[in-house]
Amino acid sequence: MSFSDILGLLRISLHAMVPLALTAAGEIVGETAGLFNIGLEGILLLSAFGGALAAEIGGPGVGLLVGMGIGGVVSLVFAVINTYWKGTQMVTGIGINLFAVGFVAFGLIQLGAPGFHDVPKAVELVKWRTGMGLMSPMILLAIIVPIVIYWFLKRTRAGLMLKAAGEMPEAADVAGININRIRLVAAVFGGVLAGLGGAYMSVAWLGVVTKDLSAGRGFISLACVVFSGLNPLLALLGAFIFGFFQALAEWVKTLPSKPIPGEFVSMLPYIITLLVVSGAIGRVRFPKSLGVPYKRE
Amino acid sequence: MSGNESTLQSRLLRGAHRTLTGLHPALESLLAAVVGLLVGAILMYIYGFDPWRAYMGLVKGAFGGSYEISSSLSRATPLILTALTFSICLRSGMFNIGAEGQMYMGGIASVLVAYFVLPTGLHQIAGLLFAAFAGAVWGIVPALLKVTRGVSEVISTIMFNWIARWLALYLAIFVIVDPMRTEKTLSIPVSARFPVLVRGTDLSYAIFVSIAFALVIYFLLWHTAIGYEVRAAGLNPTAARYGGIRNKRTMFLSFILGGIAAGLAGATIVMGLPPTYAIYGGGGLPQLMNLGFDGMAVAMVGRNHPIGILVAALFFGGLNAGGRVMQFYGSNPVPLEMVRVVMGAIVLVMSIPELIRIFPMAKKRTEELIGSLRRLTRRSERRESA
Repeated sequence: MSFSDILGLLRISLHAMVPLALTAAGEIVGETAGLFNIGLEGILLLSAFGGALAAEIGGPGVGLLVGMGIGGVVSLVFAVINTYWKGTQMVTGIGINLFAVGFVAFGLIQLGAPGFHDVPKAVELVKWRTGMGLMSPMILLAIIVPIVIYWFLKRTRAGLMLKAAGEMPEAADVAGININRIRLVAAVFGGVLAGLGGAYMSVAWLGVVTKDLSAGRGFISLACVVFSGLNPLLALLGAFIFGFFQALAEWVKTLPSKPIPGEFVSMLPYIITLLVVSGAIGRVRFPKSLGVPYKRE
Repeated sequence: MSGNESTLQSRLLRGAHRTLTGLHPALESLLAAVVGLLVGAILMYIYGFDPWRAYMGLVKGAFGGSYEISSSLSRATPLILTALTFSICLRSGMFNIGAEGQMYMGGIASVLVAYFVLPTGLHQIAGLLFAAFAGAVWGIVPALLKVTRGVSEVISTIMFNWIARWLALYLAIFVIVDPMRTEKTLSIPVSARFPVLVRGTDLSYAIFVSIAFALVIYFLLWHTAIGYEVRAAGLNPTAARYGGIRNKRTMFLSFILGGIAAGLAGATIVMGLPPTYAIYGGGGLPQLMNLGFDGMAVAMVGRNHPIGILVAALFFGGLNAGGRVMQFYGSNPVPLEMVRVVMGAIVLVMSIPELIRIFPMAKKRTEELIGSLRRLTRRSERRESA
């Protein structure tokens, strides 16, 4: 393994980290306020698809914005069901995932090529030429956003209000916080970030939309959140670890000697996720009211 | 700390059984189905299809004759079992998203009967046993992780789905592959296949495996002591523990039963679906893919009750069978994927417990309807007794 190999591996890891880090950071905001969104997988897929289509019309910036918009809208549906309408969060999330798989596969067929759509090189987001090769500017954003969210949750009044809504909504309600509204805003914010991550996959990284583009990244982000115990900085670290193993899997597949079959390498990120989550679970603590719809007595 | 984790799960679960205020659960499922079909219709309209003609084609393709009904039943066969996987675990208080992976393992394991010779009857049973064993093994690991390490079963079963997918692909392509035709696994020998039930269709005797298993689960959960313990643990784990119910035991039991159900679902496809009787490796196991996830929709609409699941599976089987017809329906070919959009919308609607409260008019109407129905039945009962 030469030095350039290591650099290449690091570069791919950083690129693979971006959607995981953004999605996990957004989900941390939502979970702090008390909403557990298992539909992230579907949001990633929908926004990757919508973002790619929008980028072909208006360029990469529009693509990313539309991806964020789609993430926000889907999360709005999720949040309204689970705040004002007192829904069951798990089931809503499962519904979003099923819907997304059907919708994107349907949309891809309507575009002509079943299961596959190339994003033209011309509308992909520019990459910066650096010492490590071509790097997407989104990597920088994916590192900054968790730091800002960490600061926001720890140091601001609004961050404390979010925590109160997730820990003890009754007390927060008495203190004059509108629980449903604050949860709604938190979930939509999380969805916008997941949408950005999804659009990044198609517009700024892989340059393609397939019906299984998300490949479990939404679920891996959830695993990052569980592993981090709702600390955005730890979630960023988790996202990098998972990104690294995804990159490693791709790299091992390209080796001419084929030390292990490609199928086993593809399993690796998921096995690592399991190992990390089983090792880290001891100190994880979740908000008291995570998953419980708030009802005034 | 695993206690904290399990309370998180039970909190996420709260409300999963809740029904609409004042509305019969079956009516609620019906309402969700109607809303789901409406969402599908709107989407078709946006894409320039004629929703009415598409749904007419779908209904004709699903229930238009004996061939169509057989086809719907055949699509329902694996869905009944994967829905049971989700429902058994939900009844015991856990979200088992792992039916997909457990079904892959079951399907792969049942191919092993191709390696030895047994008389018909025993051969089928051997295949079912293999599948049930593989599914149960794949289901028990998340339960173990939860008990020993406190890992949320939502995360672990999802990860096991992906591991199972790649493992199944590897086994199908390199290990149990047909040496003559490398794109598929060995075919199940004739002595181990489920015979076709209605000639000329792909409905086989495998459907009786599904129905029998659903009835067994119904009996087990609602008419035995251990089944009562499983349901009690799901409704309120703390109270159940004080009542002397060992939650770990009910958890393992529900995950094993769920794994068996999902494993059998794989076997019904491999051993009971003409004409291939084998697993194709290319394109990511196309015959098996997504059956586990679709099962969750069936479970929700079936209200997590084995008998409800039988009805809901027929509905979703009909959607799939009819969807196949719909996509070749003259000048209005709507892709089959539309069916999954409808399913997703239905599940979304099912997650709203107080749907009726949002539409007060509808609630008033349905209450009047139910009231008048009740009066009618009471009157006829009185007449009978007189």
